[in-house]
Amino acid sequence: MDQIIVQILNGLDKGSAYALIALGLTLIFGTLGVVNFAHGALFMMGAFCAVVTSKILSSSHKVVDETRTDFLGNPLEVDVFYMQDWFGEAAGAAIMDWAVPLAILVSIPVMILIGFVMERGLIKHFYKRPHADQILVTFGLAIVMGEVIKYYFGANPIQTPAPEALSGRVDFGVWLGYGPNAIVYPMWRLVYFFFSASIIAAVFAFLQFTTFGMVVRAGMADRETVGLLGIDIDKRFTFMFGLAAAVAGIAGVMYAPIVSPAYTMGMDWLVLSFVVVVVGGMGSLPGAVLAGFVLGIIESFASMPGVVNLLPGINQIIIYVVAIAILLIRPRGLMGRKGVMED
Amino acid sequence: MFGLAAKDTTLFLVVIGLVIFAPFILNPFPEGSAMAQFNAGYPDLMQRFVIFGILAIGFNILFGLTGYLSFGHAAFLGVGSYAAIWSLKLFTLNVIPAILFAIIVGGVFAWAIGKISLRRSGIYFSILTLAFAQMSFAMAYSVLTPITGGETGLQIKNTDNPLIGGPTDGSIGRANLFGAEMGNSFELGIGNWVFTFNLGYYIAAFAMIVAFYLSIRIFRSPFGIMLRAVKSNQNRMNYTGLTPKVYTLYAFVISGMYAGLAGGLMVAMDTQVGPERMFWTASGEIVIMTILGGAGTLIGPVLGAGSIKYMENILSKINKDVLHQWFAMLPDGLEDVVVEFAYIFVGKQWHFTLGIVFMLVVIFLPGGLVEGAQRVSARFGRKKKTTDTTDNSASTSAE
Repeated sequence: MDQIIVQILNGLDKGSAYALIALGLTLIFGTLGVVNFAHGALFMMGAFCAVVTSKILSSSHKVVDETRTDFLGNPLEVDVFYMQDWFGEAAGAAIMDWAVPLAILVSIPVMILIGFVMERGLIKHFYKRPHADQILVTFGLAIVMGEVIKYYFGANPIQTPAPEALSGRVDFGVWLGYGPNAIVYPMWRLVYFFFSASIIAAVFAFLQFTTFGMVVRAGMADRETVGLLGIDIDKRFTFMFGLAAAVAGIAGVMYAPIVSPAYTMGMDWLVLSFVVVVVGGMGSLPGAVLAGFVLGIIESFASMPGVVNLLPGINQIIIYVVAIAILLIRPRGLMGRKGVMED
Repeated sequence: MFGLAAKDTTLFLVVIGLVIFAPFILNPFPEGSAMAQFNAGYPDLMQRFVIFGILAIGFNILFGLTGYLSFGHAAFLGVGSYAAIWSLKLFTLNVIPAILFAIIVGGVFAWAIGKISLRRSGIYFSILTLAFAQMSFAMAYSVLTPITGGETGLQIKNTDNPLIGGPTDGSIGRANLFGAEMGNSFELGIGNWVFTFNLGYYIAAFAMIVAFYLSIRIFRSPFGIMLRAVKSNQNRMNYTGLTPKVYTLYAFVISGMYAGLAGGLMVAMDTQVGPERMFWTASGEIVIMTILGGAGTLIGPVLGAGSIKYMENILSKINKDVLHQWFAMLPDGLEDVVVEFAYIFVGKQWHFTLGIVFMLVVIFLPGGLVEGAQRVSARFGRKKKTTDTTDNSASTSAE
């Protein structure tokens, strides 16, 4: 039983990454009708926002320390962090330690800006063109974004640690009434799950309870009519694109401590998140979230040692097997509406 | 001639000529000169030109004619490669059976995947093929390790004992064509130039010429017209009593066989294969080649494959030292700035250039390089005869 709970936890945390990326993809697809192959690259950009923030926060300058000398008797030069200069020893160290959560604040404006530029500069011109063209141009954009990152940050993964206070392990089993050490789980992964759950809830609440969200939903259902009512739907859709980019971005920021960001990340996650979207049903937001978590959990069960011994390698293909099966049995996906993209 | 219309015959003859004289054409700069690094006339690269040309021609039969965008064609390339290497290991070191096996296995595999994937169309089809290809990659990488060699891949070993005519002295066997090895080359030195004529290249080139000929025939046949009908309006096809799915499946299998052929040739030239050949970005590369050259045109995919492989091999070799040599005539400070800027586009970052060029082509030149050439010739060649439509297309390109 405790094994099962561990696998569900594992699945939830991978699933939350799937769900967040798929949610953004679906927002773009549902509102603008654009298939965005660069969405994985946006996720990667978010992760690199975390890298940049932690680099900036831990920037330092050399100071000659008279009290310490090297073996020749010369005074030693030591690194002094600007943060500690400005905010004092303890507060400065805490700020540097919390670089990843702080990066969220940086990433939101950055990602919204990237999203705006992308939509106004590129995607806008592709609404009327076939989906194949949209796939191709965003695929090209994903290559370019990956290469830009590679140029500035190199090809190797960059470690981006979580804050000290959140990087330990929690004895999860005790909460559920098991003995100590029965289910021990990395704290940051739990944080990631709760974080993404609240983001997903926030996006849904935004769409459900605000006037803006209502208009956007109306626009998703029937763009023309909303336009005829005198509402500038294009502007709102541009904003939705920025929002989707921001969701992908903060998903990437918070995921950075779990996988060290590298420039290949975008392409690696893209295929999986598309599979998630298709399984959930194109254009269905709840479907994307549900499919994200379900596939995450299925994947983590498939990677249990017993299962892998029985069917070697099953953990690597299970998602595709499930996706293909679902597409063939129920082509519109788990929660897709009938008729969307079903040509 | 060859059962082709006059225009196609000319194109076909030009392609034959280019392919046969490639060692001359691709080696325009004398050995030892500063420009020699732009020479592409060495066997390894020329083989890649024609092999990826075959791949792109095959992909074009599916995508260019029917409009079905497959993101999983590298899978067929991969299974073709595995089939070919097993033929070399177990059956005979002769490349002809290996290539035939590769074609057959590629076709059968494509039939199986196509049968399932083609039940959906549009974006769903793209994702399905992508999922299948990633699945094949994962299987080759881990599950099927006994057959595929897993991560390390497969190559011919000295313990291999093919049924027919393997080496008896315990040496590592080499792929051959009735005894002539693929690496056999004849070098011709004229002045400062060295031209290499490589057997392996000419075998691959022959395969490409045949593949190109078949593709012309397919494009001009009633079958090709059916495929175009699939692209333009499937409903209408249904009403006239034709089943689009059958034609699409045939196109899919044919393009799978082309990919299998390319995979088999790759193994014949360089007797090793690894799973990374099947990763989905490899499929993406095939797509890029076809689009860049011009999907739906005869010669486009070959041009696209050639230009990408050229960029990959030549552009990526340009490093900072080379750039400093080029811009040496500039003042020092300016030179560094120019070199830094130019270095973004070459060397290890050549994919950046590729991505940008690809995006520009998709945005401004949906017909690829071929359409670009047509626009240029429409502008300059027959300026007096330009009609309104060409004027419009030319002006949109300028925007």
